[in-house]
Amino acid sequence: MSDRFELRGVVAPTLMLLVMAGCGGGDGGGASSGGGGGAAMENPVNAATAGNIAGSIMFEGDAPSMDVIDMSSETVCADKHASPQMIQEVVVNSNGALANVFVYVKEGLESLQFPTPAAALLDQNGCVYLPHVLGVMVGQDITIRNSDGLLHNINASPTINRGFNSSQPVSMETTRSFRAAEVMVPLRCDVHGWMTSYIGVLDHPFHSVSSGSGAFSLSTLPPGEYVIEAWHERYGTQTQTVTVTTGETAEVNFTFSASMAQNAVVPLGAPVELHAIAEAS
Amino acid sequence: MNFFWRMGLLLAGMLAVVIGLSVITGISWLDLSWVMPDNVVSTFGPTLDNLWLVILWITGIIFVVTEITLLVFMVKYRHKEDRKADYIHGSNKAEVVWTTITFVIVMALAFYTKGIWDEIRDPNLIPADAYPIHMMAKQFEWNATYAGADGQFGTADDFLSLNVLHIPVDRPVVVQLEAEDVIHSFFLPEFRVKQDAVPGMSTPVWFEATRTGEFTLACAELCGLGHYTMGGTVIVHSQADFQDWLAQQQAAAEDD
Amino acid sequence: MSTTTAMETHTGTAEHHELSFIRKYIFSTDHKMIAKQFLFGGLMFLALGGALAVMIRWQLGFPGRPLPMPLRILFPDTMAPGGIILPEFYNSLVTMHATFMVFFALMPLMAGVFGNLLIPLQIGAEDMAFPRINMASFWIMPVAGFIMLASFFVEGGAAGAGWTSYAPLSTSGEWTGVYMGQILWLVSLIILGFSSILGALNYVSTVINMRAPGMTWFRIPLATWSIFITAWLLLLAIPILTGGLLLLLFDQTIGTAFFRPEGSGEPLLWQHIFWFFGHPEVYILIVPAMGFVSEVIACRSRKPIFGYHSMVVAMVSIGFLGWVVWGHHMFQSGMNPLLGMTFVVTTVVIAVPSAIKTFNWMGTLWRGNIHFDTPLLHAVAFVALFIIGGLSGIFMASAPVDIYIHDTYFIVAHLHYVLVGGSLFGIFAGITFWYPKMFGRMMNEGLGKVHFALSFLFYNMAFFPMHNLGVQGMMRRIYDPNQYEFLQGLQPLNTFISISIFCFAATQILFAFNFLWSLRAGKVAGNNPWKSNTLLWTTPSPPPHGNFPEMPTVYRGPYEYSHPDREEDYWPQDEPPATTGSGGETVTTPTPELVPGG
Repeated sequence: MSDRFELRGVVAPTLMLLVMAGCGGGDGGGASSGGGGGAAMENPVNAATAGNIAGSIMFEGDAPSMDVIDMSSETVCADKHASPQMIQEVVVNSNGALANVFVYVKEGLESLQFPTPAAALLDQNGCVYLPHVLGVMVGQDITIRNSDGLLHNINASPTINRGFNSSQPVSMETTRSFRAAEVMVPLRCDVHGWMTSYIGVLDHPFHSVSSGSGAFSLSTLPPGEYVIEAWHERYGTQTQTVTVTTGETAEVNFTFSASMAQNAVVPLGAPVELHAIAEAS
Repeated sequence: MNFFWRMGLLLAGMLAVVIGLSVITGISWLDLSWVMPDNVVSTFGPTLDNLWLVILWITGIIFVVTEITLLVFMVKYRHKEDRKADYIHGSNKAEVVWTTITFVIVMALAFYTKGIWDEIRDPNLIPADAYPIHMMAKQFEWNATYAGADGQFGTADDFLSLNVLHIPVDRPVVVQLEAEDVIHSFFLPEFRVKQDAVPGMSTPVWFEATRTGEFTLACAELCGLGHYTMGGTVIVHSQADFQDWLAQQQAAAEDD
Repeated sequence: MSTTTAMETHTGTAEHHELSFIRKYIFSTDHKMIAKQFLFGGLMFLALGGALAVMIRWQLGFPGRPLPMPLRILFPDTMAPGGIILPEFYNSLVTMHATFMVFFALMPLMAGVFGNLLIPLQIGAEDMAFPRINMASFWIMPVAGFIMLASFFVEGGAAGAGWTSYAPLSTSGEWTGVYMGQILWLVSLIILGFSSILGALNYVSTVINMRAPGMTWFRIPLATWSIFITAWLLLLAIPILTGGLLLLLFDQTIGTAFFRPEGSGEPLLWQHIFWFFGHPEVYILIVPAMGFVSEVIACRSRKPIFGYHSMVVAMVSIGFLGWVVWGHHMFQSGMNPLLGMTFVVTTVVIAVPSAIKTFNWMGTLWRGNIHFDTPLLHAVAFVALFIIGGLSGIFMASAPVDIYIHDTYFIVAHLHYVLVGGSLFGIFAGITFWYPKMFGRMMNEGLGKVHFALSFLFYNMAFFPMHNLGVQGMMRRIYDPNQYEFLQGLQPLNTFISISIFCFAATQILFAFNFLWSLRAGKVAGNNPWKSNTLLWTTPSPPPHGNFPEMPTVYRGPYEYSHPDREEDYWPQDEPPATTGSGGETVTTPTPELVPGG
């Protein structure tokens, strides 16, 4: 036997170390149950000097008609609805108000750190996501609930964050969170192809989703100048600058129209380019 | 205890275990079948089931003969003090005989198979008047597209059927199979039809229903976590009812 | 053409430097120690693969029911919240069960253990041709195994696209929910391939070059022949797998599109590459067992193997034909239908050499004097169960019949009949037969027989009814068949099968206990407890470093049992000629130099 074999004691451990280093994330960090609600941090905003922003989102022109969702193959869900459900891509009411627009503070809060709020809820009920658009903070728990008792899966395809694609075969809750700010993270259910939802992840809590009447509000902001952005999944983004003064509610309104359809969000998580004209696929 | 008593006891014990577990789980072994379920509804069905039966008989006989021979040898040639094994190295004649017989049987089987395979799979043998339907498989649903009144796909009067395939009875149907994301497999058990749907490919699969009713559409290729829920229905209409259904769908599609 | 002189390095010397603990037991270049390392490693992965199977069967037998305690607390919410196995975790379970069984249990136990143990000892060599490469071939396995195990712990969990890893499902977490896990699966197998290649290099070189004088090709025992043929298959097939795995890795990581249709890639290409490796792979997984079974049946029937030459030709034929049948895995894949008939013909033809071997084993038992010890029982079980596995293959060989049974439990039944009924029982035969030589002690016979009987019973209870499940149309890799109305009636059978599997798994505890207990407390084995003829049994148990104090010389074939002129019913290969027979006459065999052609 040769005694020249010097490396014997070194080769195997070295290989193992290399492998471990190369593997990178060894545990379920990132988009798994993490972040907690309500960190011990104090809210840096002084309520006495704070102001608000509020407004409405309107749609100009005739709203496009949405397809009816065919739930006939999932009777448990179909039975939960009194009337047929429509695809929620463009939701405009009789007064021309546009719902499901995600409004948030884009610039103006850079220096501040905010405590993480309690968990937000994303419910799967009657084979639709409720809400269709949701805003959360970085690290905030998102409780994903299956209220239908049948298989749903949640396939998240973010671009900056780590995605996940997991299932809930029975009524249960799963908790996820996102580590990095991203506008917006698309979610879909592969078992029920019409189920889509969007989550906006920010490093501050000033976000709002326009209601059925088009109204949104961002409250208790420190006074100052802000850039506010409104995002819609088909009509893209718009920004406006607004000044908040103590005790006052600044009014900001956005109007979307059909011609903005070329700014649609590209599904599967490609980043939305501001002011760019993306080809609708 | 002599050899036969011990073996008998062993076998009895094994049988008791099998029977016991069968009772606990509620199986009726008599219900278990070695042939495909009776409910066969396509023109291919009887042919394929017949081929299955032929193979079942051949392999079944070989199985019984070889296993019994093995058992007999084990018992008959078990070690006995006063016996010595025979000093035999083999027999060329035996080798030639059983090789030839095996070869002939398997080749016969292969050639018997050829005609059937061509009829089902050869694209040139798909009946010219087969009713075309486009089927797009995706995680985790089946999207059937019908050509509509103009008989052309890709036009405005096309309409979709989600997870339900409507077809007429006694008329060949050709499904043009595609997949959007991963490989799925279009499986109609009662029709004895199966064909993989591959993304990037468009594969024709044809069949003809022989009975009206509702039947199963299943996915038979692992396609993700929802693979087990990727089921659908095949509804076979009478020819008249099928035309009615088409017209209905047409009208509904035009309303949109 | 064959060389009959072995390489002269250590032969005959009593030179023996004392090795440190690490050089003797951890980083050993002795083929016998490497065989033991593969044995312990392989058995541990076999247990892991079995545990994964138990979990699969829990879900199928008791769908949606939470795992019983204490299993329930082992799994985090991403795998089994509240003990309920998630569908994506189920897909990982079926994937990893097969992966561990094929690559980390069966291959090491077949080629790693017995290739290493048997080849030098059966051909009269002191060790392998390249002992240090041999050591490397073992140590690659724990590295690859560590990576594979690690994949359970990364986000998204372990690979979930099946052990066949079909593209495009396996190309992205978009489709499976598995991200890093799929990559680690590929990396692990890419690394592991080198273990097989290095081992195979050794086996081939050693058999060709290091046979003792008189050990002509047709005096080589069938176990060595089987591994020699398997080694050629490994050398040619594993690189193909590695190539395919690399291409898939690139598709997953650097944006190539070999298999991804978005980039004009071709999903079927993956299937062709995988199965071109995959079919020779299944012969890699069974041919060694065929060799072990031949040894055991001949020895314990005290009878020459029936048709030795045919047995060799049959194994070589299987080796050759195994390369041209891969398309039978792809009959329904959408490949050109014309190829269907081509592969039907080649597939049915490969049934012929397998049938020949089966008839020859039966011919060996015929008119033998059969000792029912544990190795023989496992070997005969191999034959009985291989018959079933082979016959069920005839159904799938017929492409039209395969239309119905492809991707159903009929296939699962077939593959488990050949891999468990065949390979695993063959491995049990090998372990129980060669344990005395490896460890110097006999395994407990009584316990061995009980383990055999219970294993055989529960194994058939579990897998035979799977044929029926397939015939009724139950698909593979299905988390919950009750979602389909036409399958709902099969639940009692699934529960029956699951309970049988649990019992089968529990029975293996007997084997583990027997194995470990006998290491210290087994009856001391002499050199040749089974009274076998091969050179291996002329050495002490266990053999010393260098195996043979003097280079042996071989005078006859390995299956000279029950020669009528001898009092003993066996005739070792190295016993010199001109011995006195039982009738007082002189029995001679030609000395090697006089045998023409070598």
